[in-house]
Amino acid sequence: MSKLQFDGGWEYAPAPESTDHIEVNERYGLFIGGEFVEPASGEYFATTNPATEQQLSSVAAAGTEDVDRAVRAARNGYDKYWSKLSAADRGKYIFRIARMLQERAREFAVIESLDGGKPIRESRDIDIPLAAAHFFYYAGWADKLDYAYPGRNVRPLGVAGQIIPWNFPLLMAAWKIAPALACGNTVVLKPAETTPLTALKLAELVRDADLPPGVVNIVTGAGDTGAAIVDHGDVDKVAFTGSTAVGRAIMERLAGQDKKYTLELGGKAANIIFADAAIDQAVEGIVNGIFFNQGHVCCAGSRLLVQESVADEVIAKLRDRMETLIVGDPLDKNTDIGAINSAAQLERIEHYLKLGRSEGADVYQSSVPVPKQGYWCRPTLFTGVSQSNRVVQEEIFGPVLAIQTFRTFGEALEKANNTPYGLSGGVWTDKGAKIFRMTQGIRAGVVWANTFNKFDPTSPFGGYKESGVGREGGLHGLSAYLDLVAGEAA
Amino acid sequence: MTEAARKVDHTFPDLSRVPQVDEVGVVERVDRFCKRSIKKDSKVQALRLALSMIDLTTLEGMDTPGKVRQLCQKAMHLHDQLDDLPHVAAVCVYPTMVGVAKRALQGTDINVASVATAFPSGMAPLSVKLEDTKTAVAEGANEIDMVISRGAFLAGEYQHVFDEIAAIKEACGDAHLKVILETGELKTLDRVRRASVLAMHAGADFIKTSTGKIQPAATMPVTLVMLQAIRDFYYETDRKVGMKPAGGISKAKQAIQYLVMLRETLGNDWMTPDLFRFGASSLANDVLMQLQKQRTGDYQSLDYFSKD
Repeated sequence: MSKLQFDGGWEYAPAPESTDHIEVNERYGLFIGGEFVEPASGEYFATTNPATEQQLSSVAAAGTEDVDRAVRAARNGYDKYWSKLSAADRGKYIFRIARMLQERAREFAVIESLDGGKPIRESRDIDIPLAAAHFFYYAGWADKLDYAYPGRNVRPLGVAGQIIPWNFPLLMAAWKIAPALACGNTVVLKPAETTPLTALKLAELVRDADLPPGVVNIVTGAGDTGAAIVDHGDVDKVAFTGSTAVGRAIMERLAGQDKKYTLELGGKAANIIFADAAIDQAVEGIVNGIFFNQGHVCCAGSRLLVQESVADEVIAKLRDRMETLIVGDPLDKNTDIGAINSAAQLERIEHYLKLGRSEGADVYQSSVPVPKQGYWCRPTLFTGVSQSNRVVQEEIFGPVLAIQTFRTFGEALEKANNTPYGLSGGVWTDKGAKIFRMTQGIRAGVVWANTFNKFDPTSPFGGYKESGVGREGGLHGLSAYLDLVAGEAA
Repeated sequence: MTEAARKVDHTFPDLSRVPQVDEVGVVERVDRFCKRSIKKDSKVQALRLALSMIDLTTLEGMDTPGKVRQLCQKAMHLHDQLDDLPHVAAVCVYPTMVGVAKRALQGTDINVASVATAFPSGMAPLSVKLEDTKTAVAEGANEIDMVISRGAFLAGEYQHVFDEIAAIKEACGDAHLKVILETGELKTLDRVRRASVLAMHAGADFIKTSTGKIQPAATMPVTLVMLQAIRDFYYETDRKVGMKPAGGISKAKQAIQYLVMLRETLGNDWMTPDLFRFGASSLANDVLMQLQKQRTGDYQSLDYFSKD
């Protein structure tokens, strides 16, 4: 088979997004009770740009005492203000957040890319607009909750403790905060330690939006801070998105506590390509499935199952396509794959690259150049692997795809489900009936047909098995923040 | 004609192997091309390349020798105020104007392309189409832009369409053959893909979207599907077929988006007038205006650019 030539020739000149318009403080305290305060411990930690390894800011490390202060502020905000407001007025505040987020979209997008390493194209076109969309969507629900659950009375839970990951920092904050506020709860949110900046900018926005004090509290810190939130006696609900290992630890802590919880954890999704699929568009779907956000996506299509009769064609096309993926400066508008989020995550990915090799997998990486400074990983394929390989079984959370082939429908379905995870899946075929059979068979919270990694606030998201408990988004996402009581709807 | 082109053996393709096309996915991919930000040096490079790929076209019932000579003058002197500009690839005219164009372009290496085969409808017997083609070649056309029989194609008479293209290819002799699919009449991307495969297997040197007489003419989704067909044909046969989107591309920005799509679909080998053309009449001036802007920092009025 002939090979296409992508080296040299016409190159795209650098097209960096400007950083002139953004403001990042040298230091951030904790956002408690409507204002930024010093942490009791007096301790701060650095947050860095993974593309340059330069420090961007330093943020407070919240200890148990600080978390307690934040939870008390949230309780006070709930008792004194938020629970006293009419539902329509609650909705107005959330609409205001949504609008202000749209107005400041550019600043949020740039900071998201600086702090987290994701390409500006994604933070600009996906993360920030979707975050605003979540606020808009749930703002609309605030005064319609009685109609969401006919025959039942709905009540807020009280104070929600929310812990979010580093892969979609602002978007995950929106997923958590918007439904909680719409349902009448107040929140204490902890962003991930490597990506706290957009959450802190959101705190500024919440302050500018004149939300009553204590309704939204944002505390920064690492695992201990999160544990303090989970353990706090006055938190009524815990919402966590992150790794399965931490999710399991949280569930252990929650055993015996009277708290509602939702956990959105890892995944190892199968993206299944049948021979009758639109092959060129399926190849795009593979690329979007695994290389979106450097593969730091819990619902990434990290296992490719491709029907044997088209496997060679699909892999060859995928390799050519990978040559055109630009890896580099997250702020460059032409960058397709940005920086790996942290040194620790890069180490984890490299561990799996080594493991794959030692397991006998064939490794293919694109020949694209990567910068010297910063954390980078070229898009990578593992072929010659099977269900028994650890790189097929375990979540790598990087731009690394494990490719297997199958012969029959039954074999594809069996392999797709043969995993401890169950978050997402993808099916590519031109036959409608096959789509329905496959999507009904896959045990996963989201299954995409002839597309991948599409998100919308109206659509519930969550996992089976080790991928988590509960759903976020859509109507389902409301019940996670409500007490549903039997009785006549008002 | 290239060595590879001579070696083509005109066998009817296995159409059952032509892949399906998903329109939603195609449009999404096109959106990504349009988001590439092309600035500074790479923009100038692209603009110059685009100029060199233009088939400067006049296909009017009211074309006269005078009009064609003016167009040829423009082809040779795009904008003499800018030094060192490339010239366009070809001038594209009706068969009766080939002689005029040929004489006007004498001594240059600008090709004369002629539409043929009862352009634009193609509603004529094969014997007439062959005669049309031979006349244009005899008059000196280096390139023939033929139209496929859309009626026959839509009726499922693929063998007929194939045979017709193969026959015209033979009648072309040494002239390059561009096969116009008239995608605006094929309506679906699946048909565009299938017609592309037919044309390439029948011997097309280029495949071309449109006559310019039917709307929509060239679009990016249609062009992407044709580029992907070209790529698969190359994978299979090692033969490089060219691509010509025609009609509807009048702005420099669009031309750059097409070039991004070309580069990311077929790679650098296709970034040459030998394998990619724009069929356009008004694109050149917008590209020239942008080049002038890149040089001086200011936009000039359209009145500073000759309209022929």
